[in-house]
Amino acid sequence: MVELKPREFVWPQEGYSRIPYGVYTDPGVYQEEQQKVFRGPVWNFVGLEQEIPNVGDFRTIYIGETPVIVVRDDAGNVRVMVNRCAHRGNLVCVKTDGHAKELTCVYHNWRYDLQGRLINVAFGKGVDGKGGMPEDFEPRKFGLQNLKTHTHAGLIFASFSDNPVAFQAFLGGEMLENMERVVGREMVLLGTYTQYMPNNWKLYMENVRDSYHASILHMFQATFRMNRLSMKGGIKLSDNGWHHISYSIAETDREERQYNSKTLLSVKDGYLLSDPRLVDMWQEFDCGTTLAIQSTFPNFVVQQIYNSIALRLCVPRGPEECELMWWILGSADDTKEQREARVRQSNLVGPGGLISMEDGVVGGWVQRGSKQDHEKTTILEMGGRDVAPSADGRTTEVSIRGFWKGFRDLMEI
Amino acid sequence: MMDGDTVSVIDSETRQIIEDFVVDYAHMVDDDRLEEWPDYFTETCTYRIINRKNHALGRSVGVMECSSRGMLKDRIKALREANVYEPHSYRHLLSGIRIRDRHDNIYRVETSFAVIRTMQEGEMSVFASGKYIDDIDVTGRVPKFKSRIVVCDSVRVHTLIVIPL
Repeated sequence: MVELKPREFVWPQEGYSRIPYGVYTDPGVYQEEQQKVFRGPVWNFVGLEQEIPNVGDFRTIYIGETPVIVVRDDAGNVRVMVNRCAHRGNLVCVKTDGHAKELTCVYHNWRYDLQGRLINVAFGKGVDGKGGMPEDFEPRKFGLQNLKTHTHAGLIFASFSDNPVAFQAFLGGEMLENMERVVGREMVLLGTYTQYMPNNWKLYMENVRDSYHASILHMFQATFRMNRLSMKGGIKLSDNGWHHISYSIAETDREERQYNSKTLLSVKDGYLLSDPRLVDMWQEFDCGTTLAIQSTFPNFVVQQIYNSIALRLCVPRGPEECELMWWILGSADDTKEQREARVRQSNLVGPGGLISMEDGVVGGWVQRGSKQDHEKTTILEMGGRDVAPSADGRTTEVSIRGFWKGFRDLMEI
Repeated sequence: MMDGDTVSVIDSETRQIIEDFVVDYAHMVDDDRLEEWPDYFTETCTYRIINRKNHALGRSVGVMECSSRGMLKDRIKALREANVYEPHSYRHLLSGIRIRDRHDNIYRVETSFAVIRTMQEGEMSVFASGKYIDDIDVTGRVPKFKSRIVVCDSVRVHTLIVIPL
């Protein structure tokens, strides 16, 4: 293990209600979390099954900063392997996605099958009897590093841990249920893009879990009088506090108008939009959920905002930078009108999102404001100081404290 | 028509009107006259910012999508009154404008662009580069975009995009 430089802060006595700013900038902490968090006993999201439908289809992505290959092997199973040739450490797959019969490193032509087994070494026998690998070189010892893999609701997860907690136990029933509800059906990929942010990845993941800021920082809905204070909402936490769902259910809406799950509801009353079709929506889920933001530890998000369905993965790119990868989804069962509504609602999210664009900058502002004060701390006392799930209501920071519980459990700090 | 061909028989006056229109648009954005932005489009229109990979795959969702002049107005109202961001400005560099096709009074026009973003504290960066794929309606006294697809070379947007490209 790499020798890490000493931490520049001590965790405050107040526990989860105080976060020392050093945790967002310290290179030692960053390096340590690559090992203990991303390579720890967690399940990392690495892509969608539908992105690699056929044998030999692959895509590349990152677990923490480690590049991995997600590939469908000859048996039709999904495999996740570290994208690093056993020989010289070169990237085996350079393209972000593609199709291959086998995985060949371009540097010295070491070839691996789709299971990651080394099948041939170029000039392994030398040339004209000269050179080549030693007689006792055993290719079977030098395959690509395979990770534990699990798929659920069309989502692919991988773990570096040799002995990870079972996927179901890692997330718990409520978390699995929400994933199944939102994307556990035939989905269509409507778009992908990424958003580069000048802040530590944890600042973004805190923001995702921060239901307190939503109606304050994001002024779009208030400006256009789209506030829905009557909505019932709350926070769900997994038993260990690591994962969260912030949700709202439009009860009053159902009383006001008869929702029809197949027809769009144009909610123009009181709105100041020139074209209110932006928020044409339909009740997609029988439970009436209009919003559900779910984050699973460490860095994955499942989003339902009205009918805007998306996945986000926050990839660390150094102590003070990260990149948010977005997958925007629709259902294969969408009618033409529903699909058009989803496309219009895509304006609400992403780097150009009318509701969410501020999330792309606020982390950078915190980074700039706090980077020279490693030992000073944030205050996280809204809704209490512990990680106990609270009753209804979203004016709480409990799910942020839950993130830090996961972080501190794994980092042992 | 072979790829790379342009429509050859266009009277020079129409060509000039189209080129001026495309250039005027860029000045309007860079000069922060964004209230004029919706007027550059027909009432029913398409304005989409999408990366070239998704565009090539025929996907429908990018980072900005407006299908009416009203939606364009709402974008500007949100930018002025609702959205929170650090002040910044754009400088468009346009090149390689060419007219690819014509159907009645609607011309398919492609123009390469680069946009430099300057932040309030002076930081400058190449924010976007790519190609405008436009359908420009020259029926009226003033041309209008029936469709403007902003195809960005990169899949990545740095921090956020609030000012239209």
